[in-house]
Amino acid sequence: MAEVEETLKRIQSHKGVLGTIVVNAEGIPIRTTLDNSTTVQYAGLLHQLTIKARSTVRDIDPQNDLTFLRIRSKKHEIMVAPDKEYLLIVIQNPSE
Amino acid sequence: MEITYVYTKKRSEFGSQCNFTDRPVELLVDILPDPTVAASFIQRDLCNMPVQCVQQMSEHEINTERLETETEGVNHVEGGWPKDVNPQEQEQTTRFRKKVEKEESYIASLTILGSLMEHCIKQNNAINIYEEYYEEEEEVQESTEEPPTAKTLHVLKDPNDIKRTATSLSWHPDGGRKLAVSYCCLEFQRASKDMSFHSYIWNLEKPNKPQMTLKPSSPIVCLDYNPKDFHVLAGGCYNGQVAYWDTRKGSQPVEMSIIEQSHRDPVYKVIWLQSKTGTDCFSASTDGQVLWWDIRKLSEPTERLILDISKKGTLDGAAGATSLEFETTMPTKFMVGTENGMVIACNRKGKTPAEKISSTFCGHHGPVYALRRNPFYPKNFLSVADWIARIWSEDTKESSIMWTRYHMARLSDGCWSPTRPSVFFTTKMDGTLDVWDLLLKQKEPTLSVKVCDEALYSLRVQDNGHILACGSQLGTATLLEISSGLCSLQRNEKALANEMFERESKREKILEARRRELRLKERGRSDQGKEEEPKEAEPQESTEDLVARAEKEFFQAIESERKKREQEQQKLQTPISTVKVEEAGKLVS
Repeated sequence: MAEVEETLKRIQSHKGVLGTIVVNAEGIPIRTTLDNSTTVQYAGLLHQLTIKARSTVRDIDPQNDLTFLRIRSKKHEIMVAPDKEYLLIVIQNPSE
Repeated sequence: MEITYVYTKKRSEFGSQCNFTDRPVELLVDILPDPTVAASFIQRDLCNMPVQCVQQMSEHEINTERLETETEGVNHVEGGWPKDVNPQEQEQTTRFRKKVEKEESYIASLTILGSLMEHCIKQNNAINIYEEYYEEEEEVQESTEEPPTAKTLHVLKDPNDIKRTATSLSWHPDGGRKLAVSYCCLEFQRASKDMSFHSYIWNLEKPNKPQMTLKPSSPIVCLDYNPKDFHVLAGGCYNGQVAYWDTRKGSQPVEMSIIEQSHRDPVYKVIWLQSKTGTDCFSASTDGQVLWWDIRKLSEPTERLILDISKKGTLDGAAGATSLEFETTMPTKFMVGTENGMVIACNRKGKTPAEKISSTFCGHHGPVYALRRNPFYPKNFLSVADWIARIWSEDTKESSIMWTRYHMARLSDGCWSPTRPSVFFTTKMDGTLDVWDLLLKQKEPTLSVKVCDEALYSLRVQDNGHILACGSQLGTATLLEISSGLCSLQRNEKALANEMFERESKREKILEARRRELRLKERGRSDQGKEEEPKEAEPQESTEDLVARAEKEFFQAIESERKKREQEQQKLQTPISTVKVEEAGKLVS
């Protein structure tokens, strides 16, 4: 329990990190550092996108699986680390 | 039953193969040519006949029915929560979350995911993998030699059954996503009783139906959006009244001017003025008056000007105005185009009506339908009338500095491009839109697009110079997008355009000076002549003789032009040898 806290805190303290969200398999945000409406939006949208990305990867090669998803936009980068049951989303502003 | 015929065949011969035998050649028919028949036939000239043995195919065109689309928003609500948790209740949600956090699988997966994520974060911080190299270098000028094109974006059709002319268009000043179009039947007494008076504001994202209707008591002839307050529109009506609408307040005009104080003829142009309050506008009509209004008090105009060149101040000799021009960078001056082809430049600051009219520019043969100043060089302005478009410079009053050739159809409206100083657009009564680029070609339009079969009556360019709207006689407003070459500023264009305008105005000034000299010389000579010889009674040509002479000259000019055209046509058709003979013949005669 304490390690989880420590990990999340460490991630949040990195340079350029704007927010961290932990989402479960149903798309419910478990842990977040952003406000509720933004969190809900990110959680819902990225959850669906991750499922789609994973299915794409597996369609191309069934032995393959999605390990990481990075979306780079003009303003920042959204990084999604998927797991069987949970999703860790971090929004970072990469270049200063 | 009688047996009529018996066919017999041996059983063993059934199914046996055919035995073929050879036979010597036998002539069956021999038809000899009959020379007597040839008399009833004529030999034809040799001609080329193409023959193709191919599948017969036919081409069909189908146009599907218009699909009506609507843009709507969707409201999402939070979901995904298990049935027993109410997402609105904070307690329940926090309890659920805490429960999840205590699970074993959560801790395990988070640790793994955390380390994975940290790796990527550190990667991002270490090096910017999407760095833009060579950002300082300006993008190479894409001198794509693509020919200028115009594409139709939308066609906004008048929803009423009885079609009226789209007489004027006005873009919404903020972004140009909305277009206000006024509809009115301009033909004298042709308007039927069932014709609707409504004009519409269209939203370009929903081009199937107008967004808002404006309901005046008389059809609107011209509309203008207030550049300062985007919700207010001023309109001039067919019966001479001026009204203003506020789109927040509904379709009825907020206020209309009193009939007794308004114009006596349809108001052809209404323009907002630059003022501190943003409520001033002025209107012009063919009754010869230009009236200034403050929309807060439309019961009477704040100022009145009668366009009388002889400065008598009565309406009898006044010239009817068909267009107005006002540029916010020159708030004290404005220009009026009249029905008899004159452009009058006026000064607002004049105290008496005589002082108001500062100068006139003559040169057109018909009513001036559009007057616009060049947005980059306001001293030059464009006037569109009868069959020609002219560009004038304020300094040369005798004639225009540049003009297009005379067209086959009358021109109805014109305007400059707001992004390029040397590009302007004109619309014609045969439904074509011409784009003129003065730096490229001056004799012909750079691009000529046939927008529709009926006449085009009005034209407006959006502020970005990219999209333009033209209104036609049957009430359809077509939105066209022109290629980027015609709306993006080229290198040195401003300098070149400036040079061109200056050069042309200098040329005109020189010509003007020369003409003045000649006139003075003539006068001097005629004065001298009068002193030396006794006054010979010059046969005064009566007006009928003058008319007859003018007619004769006119017909002569037309005949010679027609002959020239026929000769050119013949030249194209006959082979070269006869052309030479003709040319020699011409030289001889």
